[in-house]
Amino acid sequence: MTIDGVSRSGLVQIMDEQGMEFTIARMAAQIVERDGGDIMLVGIHTRGIPLADRLAARIAETTGSEVTVGRLDITLYRDDVGPWRPAHKQPVLKDTVLPKSIDNRIVYLVDDVLYTGRTIRAALGTMIDYGRTRAVRLAVLVDRGHRELPIAADVVGKTVATSRSEDVQVHLREVDGDDGVWIGAGEEAEDAD
Amino acid sequence: MPIESAEALTGKDVVGIAQLDPGEIQLILNTAGELLEVAKRPIKKVPALRGATVVNLFMEASTRTRFSFEVAEKRLSADTLNFSASSSSVSKGETLVDTARNLMAMAPDYIVIRHPNVGAPHRLAEVVPASIINAGDGINEHPTQALLDAFTMRQRFGRLEGLKVVIAGDIRHSRVARSNAFLLNKMGAEVRFAAPASLLPVEVEDLGVETHLRLEPALEGADVVMMLRIQLERQGAVNFPSLREYYDFFALTEDRLALAAPDAVVMHPGPMNRGVEIDSLVADGERSLILNQVTNGVAVRMAILYLLAGGRGESTADS
Repeated sequence: MTIDGVSRSGLVQIMDEQGMEFTIARMAAQIVERDGGDIMLVGIHTRGIPLADRLAARIAETTGSEVTVGRLDITLYRDDVGPWRPAHKQPVLKDTVLPKSIDNRIVYLVDDVLYTGRTIRAALGTMIDYGRTRAVRLAVLVDRGHRELPIAADVVGKTVATSRSEDVQVHLREVDGDDGVWIGAGEEAEDAD
Repeated sequence: MPIESAEALTGKDVVGIAQLDPGEIQLILNTAGELLEVAKRPIKKVPALRGATVVNLFMEASTRTRFSFEVAEKRLSADTLNFSASSSSVSKGETLVDTARNLMAMAPDYIVIRHPNVGAPHRLAEVVPASIINAGDGINEHPTQALLDAFTMRQRFGRLEGLKVVIAGDIRHSRVARSNAFLLNKMGAEVRFAAPASLLPVEVEDLGVETHLRLEPALEGADVVMMLRIQLERQGAVNFPSLREYYDFFALTEDRLALAAPDAVVMHPGPMNRGVEIDSLVADGERSLILNQVTNGVAVRMAILYLLAGGRGESTADS
């Protein structure tokens, strides 16, 4: 992979636009190899959604058939919402759209970064309330380690060794205007969600 | 949307529309929009308020509001306790504050209160740490009803700003009318009250609404027509000569509805008196949003419960 080391305000780029395109193409190929094209992709807000769309487009190119894409908001299933003290801001709710029943389907959850695993734990809880899938799998663009729950991804774009204090920033043009992955000290930078 | 959503509610309670700013109203409506979907899932329940306890303290008769709150609480996985005036110690002479302090000993996170006295929820909010939600206090406010009405209007028209909303009927005894007037004013809609003079509140000029003593001129070009229930139990036969006469002058009939805008909608907070303030043809007609209001009420109440779970929202723990 290209590590061109472009630095911007203490951030080091570890994936550029072209690298991301290759990575997504490879992830799509791995998904098709494992399960064929008859799957459903479900992107997790926020950046999982454009990622799922791009993977679906790639898979459709290879297999020639449409891939159903949904999106998931995991907020109501998070382990840090609820009547807790001290006071906190409740996260803003976003939409969940599953265009077809997930019963008996193979569903890929898609997210940008796999970190503690808590988001995926919440996503699994959400999926269970929507139906009984044949299987749920996980595809992530970046796995940065530091799991707090026994969760692993089935398809990983890039594995990155990080320390907890570091910040991994994924940019997707649909959300951020450009494509790329950066890593940095991340004291000041705050994750969007 | 012209009014930007707030990031969080600033208070621990929702006691009235008067205490909410436009950004907070927008936040509640947006959140309700996402929660509406929960009712369409195969499993109509989410774990967001797991472990929270809600006391529903209803000191005045209510069916739909109480049920609506209870469904909202259960869909968020909260545990609910129901208290009603007739079965509680209040009928044995206990004061409201004492009742509430005793309830607090059971550590509820929320108290939903309906009370015949104006200001009862506000008083409770001062003396107990739980989040207080006003489900109607005397003739003062019914904030969750106004929010669900606004949500229903926004769902249909995509906006509140600039909508012409007629509220007609027993405005004097109506906390729904007051809360709606506060809310719609804050959100930039135009409110018109229509009622016989005997059913208008004395301080009506202070509410910043247009008032009409006949229904027809108020209906001119209206987008929303909200009919209020004639509170038969509060009429000592002094406010108007007869129900028949009231019907003749103030009921919403198909002919009268034709005066409103071509895509006007009809709303009613319920329970309806068919043939008194509203004609059955209108109530059941295709422009009626009356049952949408009931569905939306659950989502709006879920939104408030969810948002208040953040506490006062001054420090952040979102990551």
